[in-house]
Order: sequence, then structure tokens, then C-alpha cells
Amino acid sequence: MGKRDTINALVKRGVSEEDASRLADKGYTLDKVKRAGYEELEAVLGGNTKAVAEIFGIQIKEKEPRGERKKEKKEKATKKPELTSEKEHLGEQDVRNKAEVFAEGKLPPKVIDKIAKALADKNVNDRIIEKVVKETLKEYERARVDAGEAVGIIAAQSIGEPGTQMTMRTFHYAGVAEINVTLGLPRLIEIFDARRKPATPMTTIYLEEDIRHNAEAAKSIASQIEVTTLIDIADLGIDVINMHVNIIPKLRRMKDRGIDVETILIRVKKIKGIEAKMEGDTIVVSLAQPSYLKLQSLIDTLRDLKIKGIDGINRVIVRSENEGFVLYTEGSNFKEIMQIDGIDKTRTVTNDIEEMYEVLGIEGARNTIINEAYSTLREQGLVVDMRHIMLVADLMTCDGDIRAVGRHGIAGEKPSVLARAAFELTVDHLLEAGIKGSVDELKGVSENIVVGKPINLGTGGVKLIFKGK
Amino acid sequence: MIPKSIGSIRFRMMSPDEIRNLSVTKVITPDTIGEDGFPITMGLMDTRLGVIEPGLVCRTCGKRVDECPGHFGHIELERPVVHVGYAKLIKNWLNATCSNCGRITLSDEKREKYLNDLVRAKEEGSDTDRVIDRLIKEASMATVCPHCGADSLKVNLDKPTTFRIENSKLTPTDVRTWLEKISDEDCELLGIGYGIRPEWAILAVLPVPPVTVRPSITLETGERSEDDLTHKLVDILRINQRLRENIDAGAPQLIVEDLWELLQYHITTYFDNQTSGIPPARHRSGRPLRTLAQRLKGKEGRFRSNLSGKRVNFSARTVISPDPMISLNEVGVPLDIAKELTVPERATEFNIEDLRNLVRNGPDAYPGANYVIKKNNLRLRVTEVNRGDLAESIEPGDVVERQLIDGDAVLFNRQPSLHRMSMLCHRAKILPYRTFRLNPLVCSPYNADFDGDEMNLHVLQSEEAIAEARSLMSVEAHLLSPRFGGAIIGCIHDHITGLYYLTHGFNELEKSVALRILSGAGIDKAPEKLTGKEIFSLILPQIDMEFKAKICEHCEKCDKENCPNDAYVVIRNGKLVKGTIDDVAVGAFNGKIINEIVKEYGDIAAKDFLDAASKLSLSMLSLMGFTVGIDEEDIPLEAQEQIQEILDGAEERVDELIEIYKRGELEQAPGRSLEETLELEIMRILAKARDDCGQIASKHVSSENSAVIMARTGARGSMLNISQMSGSVGPQSIRGERISRGYEHRTLSHFKKGDIGAEARGFVESSYKKGLKPLEYFFHSMAGREGLVDTAVRTSRSGYMQRRLINALENLKVDDDETVRDPADKVIQFLYGDDGVDPSKSIEGETVDVDSIVNKIMRGE
Ligand SMILES: [Mg+2]
Ligand SMILES: [Zn+2]
Ligand SMILES: [Zn+2]
Ligand SMILES: [Zn+2]
Repeated sequence: MGKRDTINALVKRGVSEEDASRLADKGYTLDKVKRAGYEELEAVLGGNTKAVAEIFGIQIKEKEPRGERKKEKKEKATKKPELTSEKEHLGEQDVRNKAEVFAEGKLPPKVIDKIAKALADKNVNDRIIEKVVKETLKEYERARVDAGEAVGIIAAQSIGEPGTQMTMRTFHYAGVAEINVTLGLPRLIEIFDARRKPATPMTTIYLEEDIRHNAEAAKSIASQIEVTTLIDIADLGIDVINMHVNIIPKLRRMKDRGIDVETILIRVKKIKGIEAKMEGDTIVVSLAQPSYLKLQSLIDTLRDLKIKGIDGINRVIVRSENEGFVLYTEGSNFKEIMQIDGIDKTRTVTNDIEEMYEVLGIEGARNTIINEAYSTLREQGLVVDMRHIMLVADLMTCDGDIRAVGRHGIAGEKPSVLARAAFELTVDHLLEAGIKGSVDELKGVSENIVVGKPINLGTGGVKLIFKGK
Repeated sequence: MIPKSIGSIRFRMMSPDEIRNLSVTKVITPDTIGEDGFPITMGLMDTRLGVIEPGLVCRTCGKRVDECPGHFGHIELERPVVHVGYAKLIKNWLNATCSNCGRITLSDEKREKYLNDLVRAKEEGSDTDRVIDRLIKEASMATVCPHCGADSLKVNLDKPTTFRIENSKLTPTDVRTWLEKISDEDCELLGIGYGIRPEWAILAVLPVPPVTVRPSITLETGERSEDDLTHKLVDILRINQRLRENIDAGAPQLIVEDLWELLQYHITTYFDNQTSGIPPARHRSGRPLRTLAQRLKGKEGRFRSNLSGKRVNFSARTVISPDPMISLNEVGVPLDIAKELTVPERATEFNIEDLRNLVRNGPDAYPGANYVIKKNNLRLRVTEVNRGDLAESIEPGDVVERQLIDGDAVLFNRQPSLHRMSMLCHRAKILPYRTFRLNPLVCSPYNADFDGDEMNLHVLQSEEAIAEARSLMSVEAHLLSPRFGGAIIGCIHDHITGLYYLTHGFNELEKSVALRILSGAGIDKAPEKLTGKEIFSLILPQIDMEFKAKICEHCEKCDKENCPNDAYVVIRNGKLVKGTIDDVAVGAFNGKIINEIVKEYGDIAAKDFLDAASKLSLSMLSLMGFTVGIDEEDIPLEAQEQIQEILDGAEERVDELIEIYKRGELEQAPGRSLEETLELEIMRILAKARDDCGQIASKHVSSENSAVIMARTGARGSMLNISQMSGSVGPQSIRGERISRGYEHRTLSHFKKGDIGAEARGFVESSYKKGLKPLEYFFHSMAGREGLVDTAVRTSRSGYMQRRLINALENLKVDDDETVRDPADKVIQFLYGDDGVDPSKSIEGETVDVDSIVNKIMRGE
């Protein structure tokens, strides 16, 4: 059956021409419409679905109105206990239980927690708790966000506006004086760009409770992590007469890092095409057919030979803080670090969003974006509400992948041709639309501004018609 | 009638037939205007393509200038040419298909697999491009067609538009024949939309845009200057004509090919004059032509400058100046502007007489009216001559465009509009002179000052818009910033100083004095004697608060109410009992009292409070006088000597350190090289020296010093500013390090090579008051320049970041079910911000201020 026939057939049954052609465009035939579910039709028809569904006797499912969810929760809440009037000192948990009952599921858990903390061990009775909960509820309802609020734009403005007040200085000595960290505007841009590697990767390693205060243990973990190359613990030299390379270990440094000569020898022997043996305190490395040039390049290889540590970690700083020893590393290799015994895997973090994603999953990436963006702003003395940063982080991660803010990410994936064309690469997007035969549904903000229609946010998202008399 | 509105827009490449059907005429003459001065028929200015000259009538639709939208024509190309924009795609299509049978060079099974992938990607709503890219990549690798066995050779693209197979050239005609063989089913797999044919990307017909798109302009000399597009079309027509003539005359293949290539060049540059690989087409003057792609692209292109942002009427722009006597939600509008800007008002039986009077006044006598729109949509200008008759003719239903009057809702805006508080609704107040007047209280949301800033004003034109602006955009609705949930509008500068003098201590004021201070706030009754705190209490609503003021010195143990500095604010029952009002209490960006009033009594009360507080403080200041003199920064001789000692000591210690370093005895800091260690240590010593000087200086300037009071109360400036004025300016830095650039191994030729002492690396030991030595002045300028460059770089970088953020987030909204969704109804958050609270309604981001509720209730028990 052709498209035209389908449209005719649908119109005959009382479907409006517009709806009919929309269905036909999406490849629906009469039979397919009859078999379709409500949600399926809604995706095509939007607000007109109800009429069409009625014609074909499809069960109508409407969107849950606001408040529906609350009703369900209300039923879940247990019945009110009898009010006690005697005042007593209740523990936090008791207050929490009572407050939960009075709140009837209308308060977020963190607010209940606050009530519990505030009233714990105070002289209270049920009436007071109820009064506090009711008052809190009133305040909470007053502060609720309005439906239709353009929270995205507000978030973008709230983060972007203070950007003009941030420093451009790339390097700064942050909490740990010895490690350089990118801060200010460049760091913020880096976070929202979802750059593969941050300019200054850094991990913060917390230790398990039992060794948190043990300086020796902290130091030993540090030495396991920090990369030690041969040049750090030995002198290298070419013996021109015998045409071989001498490795003269520096014993004190080796002891500091817990390395013995044997380890070095094993590591050196792994290099292909050489011969290594101990001669007294020195390790002698010789080549099959030595030349001065070859020896020189051998020295370069040996110099950077990793003896111990985790790739990518150039330096580890051990700091004593309130909670005990904390390790900070310059460079990051989260996957390897998380396999080391003795570190607190629940709290150890890196500032590399990609690594967090690989090791801890998308929620880890989301939390890293939030924490990094928030602390970057805070460090500059700028206060930005957590909700704005959370919204950006949620948008960047809601697919299960990290998407950058900008041309190669969220902005580039918009379905609207006009919105993409108005942002960047105007001509490319128009040409692509021409060959694909794209349709702009005009649902977003940019595209409606382009065609001169009211946008779908705030007061524009509400449709009211005055009926008259 | 429901007005028509665009539901959706379909984009689609046009087929040659569509172009011909759309066209009102074939264009053949490479010329515009004939010798008779009229457009040539079948020329580029043919009046069937629309008209741009007044008086002429369009031969297609019969309408005149401004009514005729213009109509497309077409050029039949003698030989087909490649569309530059699609050259890369064409190369992919050629490589993925067989030149012999036109099928995708993949086995049927593989093709099936990709088809399934494509269907799945469409269903999932994921990116189909990736599947298509993979298909093209795999199909391009084939060396033999699996369907007909023909060799499949690699096609190369010589940018921008020449295709080669091995070493032989493929003409556009060859390419078109090849593309025509591709089946519709294969087209879908190649990412080509339904009903679109790949061979259309080889142009056989070129649409000619209407003249309205490329209007010519007549210069004062009477010379006509054609639009760049017209120039380009002339070129195309000329070559096309020559090509035809040569083909008809049976010219040698070589000549035909050359002309063909020239035609390709002109059409390529007609589409995009910045195509890489070919020289841009230039105007006679040498300026590159602005062709189609350039018209659309970039910040000045059609999209960003005409479609995403539009010019509007009923707006005004002028310099701003302060007027503390108007309310913070008013804006002073110059009379001249008020006479130009109008508000449409529909006549009803209730307002008809007022409107008639306005029309009777005419356009010149304020308040008057400029236009009357009769019921039949006839728009009549009110003039000196017709104003009387017009006034009489007004009947209910007519619309009068009356001039702006006091109380009209207007939008006021200052660029850069970085947040929503950059555009607020004020009430107009018509004032003499030529600047917009605004209350200094609203400087902070606009980030405005009065050093020549200009602002824009827009007059709202519909009842709906006015109602919306009044309730949602008014200044008082934006006292709290959604960025951090605190006051963004509040007292600044002198407001704070004034309130400090008013409320600090417990001095009693005479009734007459008190009344003069209070008169500004509209209060005319006072008891015989009262303190400044009592005066301030008169404008406070019933609130209870306790907090530490800005002037608090953060003593080890806080005495709270009994603070010796009067720095602990206690407000009980709307009475200021203890403490001093300063930045923390009423300042913009802080404003604890403002937060509290907004929360407890709403924004109108907060607005009234701010208006009253600013007036109190300013009358207090004008009563007592407040000034800063240059001698206030003088410090006694003994203090100057102490400062000199500190500076000498510091320099000595730096020299010592350098000696130690040179002897190789410096102890290395962990993780730092020896040089870094030395540098860090020197910087530490010098910074400390500056701070110590500041200490000495501030000890010797009195606490009654005006600058000190401004710094302490948070009105303006900091203690660092003061110590730099009277103590020492201190070390200058570039990129966070001491100054080291300049000559070889030294900053200036005044120093010895390798000198890294304090003086040689930009330490300014003089104070601003004392004056800088020439070398110090130079170093100071270097650091100052860095600051300027930094600011310039920062604004552009952060502007781009914000543009990207807005673009990514613009579509998100809170849905009816409290989820945050995008236009495709995808859920981004299940509950906005995890608690569904609007930050601008919260107090500093807290979901609910539980502690204060508990305190209040427990106090009541
Ligand atoms: Mg200015
Ligand atoms: Zn016309
Ligand atoms: Zn074939
Ligand atoms: Zn104090």
C-alpha cells in the first residue's frame, strides 16, 4: 500500500490529514497503526495522540501529572503514631524515624537527616517534631522549582558568568605546594571539553584505616607507586677502552626506595641484544658488536629504564593531614594505583575524568566532573550552586558515555539542523541536511528563534487559550 | 483565526527538474541593465525575478518592492559541474560502488548485515553515521566487484573538485553517469535520504536567486554597484556562453575542457569563495568576493547575526548616569527618548478620553501620541496638522501609539548579557537631559559603572509581554541570584560607608538631625533623641537575626553581643540592638538582611528596605561629609624609618641567600631544583617584607581614616591597597614569578649580568604616596600590562566557553513531573538538583534552613 493510500485510509476513519500524513511519513500503514501502542503513537503525534488512539481503540496512557508520585509515597508511609506529649531526649535515629512519618515522603532524605541532627538530644516531644517537619515542609514547598523553568540556561549562565572573573594563570601551587595543577578558567574549560588527558593529571591517594598514621607504610606505598628509573639510583658511564657500559649503583638512594642490586640486574637483563653481569659493585653491560654510537644509545635506553613504580607517575608527595598520611601524585594511572594494597579504594581519586570512567564507570566520571568543576570554582573564590554543576555533569554523562560540551559533543549531536548551523560549521550542517533529507522538528530553543516562533520554555512552554463566553 | 506557524522544516537537495520547475525564467544574458536603463529580459535583473527599484512591478506576481518576495530563475549549464560542498561525499560514493554495475562493492551477506545495523541504529536513535562510515570504509577496500566481477579501482579527489581514477581524469559527466547507476536501496546505505539522488550533486542546472537576495545599490555618482553574487553569476553566464559557442563551433577538445574547468571554478567560488586549493575570486578593487558560504558563516553571517539575533524597533541606547533619588526599580528616561518610543494602547470606553487628549497633544507636546491604528489596520501618523481631527475620530477598538509615560514597563539591558539579571524590567520615569538614570543599587546585576557605559532600553508592545515582564523580570524579582541563592542587588560603596557611620556605636542624635536623615526614607516622625541604630531600625521589618559583621576582627574568642568593636549584629523583633551594618548585612553579593527580608516578607518589602536604606545612608553621608585626602596616607617619620628598616633587612637577607646559594650550601626543597628553591625563598621573603610594611603602615594610620573605614566595612578597596599607598608597593610579578625577561641575563641594562637581587628583579620598595623610582615604575608597568593582556584573553576565552555551555544546555527544562528533560523527552535528571529546589529561592543553596526553623520553634517552646 502506498503512502497516499495509507493517508486516505486513515482520513476516512476520522484521523486528521496532518496526523495521517505524519504517520505515513514514519512508515505506518493502517495495520501498523492499529497494532501500535500508545507511547509509540505519541512519539509520532505528540499532543494529538489521544484523538487517534480513541479512533482505533488503543488504550490511552497519559503522562503522570505532577504530584502523582507524591500520592504513591503517601500511601507507603505508615500510619501516624499516637502523639506523645511528654518531652524527652531522643537519639538521632529515633527523631529521624518520627520525622519520616510526619513528612509523609514529601521531604528529601537529606532534609530529614538535617532535622534529625538538629533535634537529636534536645528536649522534644512528637508535637514539636511534627511542628518542625510541617514548618520545614512549608519552606520546602516555597522553594520548589517551577515547572517549565529553563534550568539549563540558568546553569550555563551561572557557570559562564563568573568565568570572566577567573584567573588565566595556568599553573598555581595548590594545596600541595610541590605539585603543579592547572587551575582557573583553563581547568574549567578542560573539564567541560572532556579532554582525554588533563594537562596536569594528579591522583589523591588515601590510605586504609590501619596504616593511615603509619609514616613507614605511607612511604613504602609511595615508593611502590613512584617511577624509579635507573638514572635515579645509579650512575652510568661508558668504558671506552673495553667498549661497554658501567652501571654504578648509588646504594643510599637504592635503600631509600627499597631496591636491591639484584632487581636492577634482572631489569637490565630484559633489554634485548645485550649482555649484563656483576663485576664487584658495578653492573657491566656489553654489546655483541659495540660501537661508540651504539653505546651512547644504550645509555639513553638505560637512563630511562623503569626499575620500579607505576607508569605515568613521576612524583609522589606524602603529606601529613588531619586524618593521617595522604599521598599526592604528579601524573595519573588510576587503574594501576587502585590495585595496590593498603590504599583506601573507596576514597582514592584522580582528576582524570576519562580514567575514572574506565575504572569506576560513568557514575565515577559524573562525580569527578562535579567535584573537579566545583573545587575549581571554589578555589577561585566563586560560589556557584551545586545544582548547576550537577546538571552539566548529568547532561555530559546521561548517555553512559562522556560527551563534551561543544561542537564534538552535546552541541554537535543535537537533532536540529538549524540549531547546529547556528552554532558552528554552518555550511557543513546545511549541506549534510540536504543530502540526508533531514527534518527540523523545531523543538529546541535556537531553531525556534531562527524561525521566529516562541520557544518551549518557561511561559512559552504553557499553552493557554482564552475560551471567551 | 489561528495564525499559521511553521511546524517543521524539511531540508532536501533539489533535483534539476525541481530547479527548473521553481524557476520563473531561464537566465542567459550575462548582463543586468540594458541601454534603455531597464532590466534586460532573461538577464540577471529580469523583473520576473522580483523588483528592488521603487515604481517597478514584478512581472511574476504583480507586486511592488517590499511586497514581492522575489522569485528564482535558473541557468542551464552547458556541461555539468561538481558541487564543491559534496565533492568529498561523491568520492566516498564512487569508492564504495562499482563503476560498471553501480552496486555497493560488498557481498550480499555483508550488505544485509550493514542494513540491519542501520535499522537498529535508527531504532535506538543512535548515530547512523558511524555505521555508514564503516560500510564505506569496507566497501572502498574491495578490488573486484562481487556482483559483476569488474575491477574496483580507487578514486582520488584532487581538491577541490577533480576526480581521478588511477591517472585518468573523470569528468563530471562520467561521475554523473556512474552515480546514476546506484540503486535507490544502495543510496539509503550510503546515507542518502529517501527520494534524493546522488547524481544531483553534479549540477546540470544552477538556480539563480531572486534579485531581492542580491540587491544592487546606486552610488551618489549615479553609478550602479552590483552585489557580489550578481558579479559571480555574470562570470558564470559568460563562461557558459563561451562554452556553448565553442562546442557549437566544434572547437578542439582541449579548449572545451579548459572552458569547462573555468566554469567549474566560477561555480565553485560562487558557492564558497574560501575553498582551499583555489585562489579566491576577487572584486575589481582586489577585495575577495563574499559569496554564498561567506554570507551564512560565522559571527557576521546570516545565522548568527540575522537569524539568532534580530534587530528590533521601540528601543533606545544612551549613556547611563547615577540617580540615587529614584527607586531601584525605576529607570530615568530622557524626554527626547520618551517622545520617540511609544506604547500601543487600545481605546475602550474607559480610556478613550485620555487617549484623545494624547492624540490632541500631537507628537511634539509631551505627553502625546505618534500613530493611530484604525480598526481596519490603517496606520495614521499623528502630525501637527491632523492631530485635532484624528483625536475626534478615535473610537473604541482603535489603537493609539502613545508616548512613553511614567510607570510604563520597559526592559533595561547592559551588554555583555552574561546572566538573566542583565536584562530587567524597570518602570520608566521621564526626566530631563540626555542620559538614562539608574539607581546605583542595581549596578551590580548589570555590572555597570558610570565611566561612559551605555545601556539599551526596550519598550514592551503587548499586554501579554507587559504582564510577563512585570511579574517575572522586575528588578525586585531578581534580588537573589540563581547562581548562589544570595542577594546580588544590594548596597555598594557609599551606601555601606553611610550605614556604618549611622549604625556604629551608640551616639545619640538630635531630633532635627534624625529627621533630616529620615526624610529621604519618607519617615517624618521621631522621638526627641535617638541613636543611629534606632534610626536604622525604623526601616527594618520584623526580623530576628544574629551574625558577625564585616568589621569583625575574628578575635580568638568571640564575645558575641559584647563585642568591643560593635561587630556582632543582633536584630531582635525588627530592632537593631547591637552591631554595625556593613557589607555583610546589606552589601551586594552578601546582604544577609536582604536575604532574610526576601525570605520572610517577599521581594517588594526587600526592595522598599533597600530603597530606604540607601537613602538613609546617603543623607547620613551628606550630613556629615565624607572625603579622602592625599595627606591621609601620610605616616609619621618613625614609621617610615621602620618601614625602611624592614625593606633594607629583606634585601640584605635576599643577598645573603644568594651568597649561600652561590657557595652551594643552600638546602634543596623536596621536589624542587636548587634554583627553584632559591627563587621560592626569595619570593617568600619579599612578600613578607611587603606585608610587614603594610602592618606598620596600618598601625600608624588612624582607624578613623576614611580609606581604612572603606576597606574594613567592605565599601571599597582593601588593606593591601592602603599598605601599598603608604607602606611599600612590594614585589612585581609576571606569570607568578619575579620579573626575569628583558636583556641577556638581566632585566634592564642598569644591572649587572646575573644579578638576581630584589631590586634587579622588580621589587618596588617605594609606596604609591612616596612615588616610584624610574626603574620601579618600569617594572610596575610590566606587571600592569600583564594584567591587561590577561583580562583581554580571559574575556574571549570565557565568552566562548559560555557560548558552548548555553548551546549545550539551552533546551533543558523542568517538566510537569519534576524531571529535567530535553526536547526529545530524554530524562537528564529525575528530580532537579536531587531535591527539586530552585537555587534562587533557596538561601545560599541550602534546601531548607532547618536550623533556623528549629531554633525558632524551640525558642517558642
Ligand atoms: Mg565602565
Ligand atoms: Zn514577484
Ligand atoms: Zn559491479
Ligand atoms: Zn568579634
